[in-house]
Amino acid sequence: MSIRLEKPWQALNSENINRLQGQLGVYQIANEQKEILSINYSGGRSLFGLRGDLLDLLEENQSEKLYFRYEVNMQYMTRHEELLMIHMADFGELPEHNQKIRKHKLGRLSIA
Amino acid sequence: MDFDMTPEQQLIIDNVRRFVREEVIPLEEKMDPDASGPEPEDLERLKNQVREMGLYGLGIPPEFGGPDVGIVTQTLMAIEMSQHRGGLYSPCFGAFGGAGLAQLFEATDDQKERYLYPVLKGEKHGFFGLTEPSGGSDPARAIQTRAVKDGDDWVLNGAKIFISGADKADFGILFARTDPEKGRAGITCFLVDTDMPGFHVRRVVHTLRSTHYATEIQIENLRIPSANVLGEVNKGFTIANDRLSRQRIPYAAGCIGVAIKAQEMAVEYVKIRETFGAPLASRQSIQWMIVDNEIDIRTSRFVTLDAALRSEKGESFRTEAAMAKLLASEAGGRVVDRVMQIHGGYGMTKDLPLERWFREMRIRRIGEGPSEVQRLVMARDIIGGSFH
Repeated sequence: MSIRLEKPWQALNSENINRLQGQLGVYQIANEQKEILSINYSGGRSLFGLRGDLLDLLEENQSEKLYFRYEVNMQYMTRHEELLMIHMADFGELPEHNQKIRKHKLGRLSIA
Repeated sequence: MDFDMTPEQQLIIDNVRRFVREEVIPLEEKMDPDASGPEPEDLERLKNQVREMGLYGLGIPPEFGGPDVGIVTQTLMAIEMSQHRGGLYSPCFGAFGGAGLAQLFEATDDQKERYLYPVLKGEKHGFFGLTEPSGGSDPARAIQTRAVKDGDDWVLNGAKIFISGADKADFGILFARTDPEKGRAGITCFLVDTDMPGFHVRRVVHTLRSTHYATEIQIENLRIPSANVLGEVNKGFTIANDRLSRQRIPYAAGCIGVAIKAQEMAVEYVKIRETFGAPLASRQSIQWMIVDNEIDIRTSRFVTLDAALRSEKGESFRTEAAMAKLLASEAGGRVVDRVMQIHGGYGMTKDLPLERWFREMRIRRIGEGPSEVQRLVMARDIIGGSFH
């Protein structure tokens, strides 16, 4: 069975983000209804890993109330793809902000 | 043995080397250090350049539209093609095309229409489904996926693991046991469409190779027509075994290419990096590491080209291919490890390709048959018999 990212959501604010280390990994962003808006990764080219990427996102989204959850993961590329595939299997489509990803490049999972 | 390159081989190698250095590496510098490939537009541009070079479709027989390039030249090319960050598992990101599932060239005319030609046109993608949770090193005994005849169809049940690309494939070559009493003589190879009811990709399997995942497949009452048997019933093991032997030469070549590139980095670095007032190159411990690297590289290259030459001449090459795979995968690991040591802290970072090669090179000692199985293959040939 594939592993979902099921950690509790945290408000996207500087206090919560600054608790993070500069590690690499994957993260999800959700709206107030906890609907997933995007699934992303902080990779080897990110300056301060998860903390840096989430702080950038906070700066770009001052008006919207957003939530995040993350997973420190050195296999961030394959984990990112896996989370997208799980989302596709669960909801039949990609999250709103991941729509640019070419669906035919994504694999298909039949989650039991 | 004469491994001097012909003028034609030299020209091809020079072109491939230039292509890697001028087209692939600059593209890679903009990508994530663990990226598997460029954007589709960039890949198409690379493929077009390879087509202009007349080298697209490596491994595809000329009668099916591939370039007329012998196995020795292909091996020399494979050594060049892997000399970049993603080169071990994605040489030139696949810009040279290739046969992929070479077993399809032996398919029936009907199967070729449905599977081979669409693959050659890039319209369909396939996977190779051999390994099972019960083991991969000894497929003849480990295969527990069962295929039972039901009228004109076969009904399959079982599971496969460590299968690359099954989640994106249109079809796969899948091995199942059709006679439980006959060991390796009871395995049949089937062509399976991934949209058939009963075919499930259950999960992603993450490994050290963080650019590509493997998958686990579950097969539940999958009904396959007899027309989808590849080769003959109960003779599937020959197909699997042939593929395993054939793959060992390019597998070894990839390891050698990465080792050459790592050595090149080391030689350059030891001349400019100073410790205690002198360049690293002046330290005996460093010199010995560089020399040991060179011994590893040249030994592996010699044995691998020997295997390629025998294969090209139509001679038996099973022992030589196993020896090449074992030597090159183990030597490649040692070389990358030493070059990381030479680079110190930088060697551990994602700034350099070494840490990725280190992880991926470790897998090479397991993939396509672990070192221990290669020794077993050679022992069988040298001593004779089929012992356990």
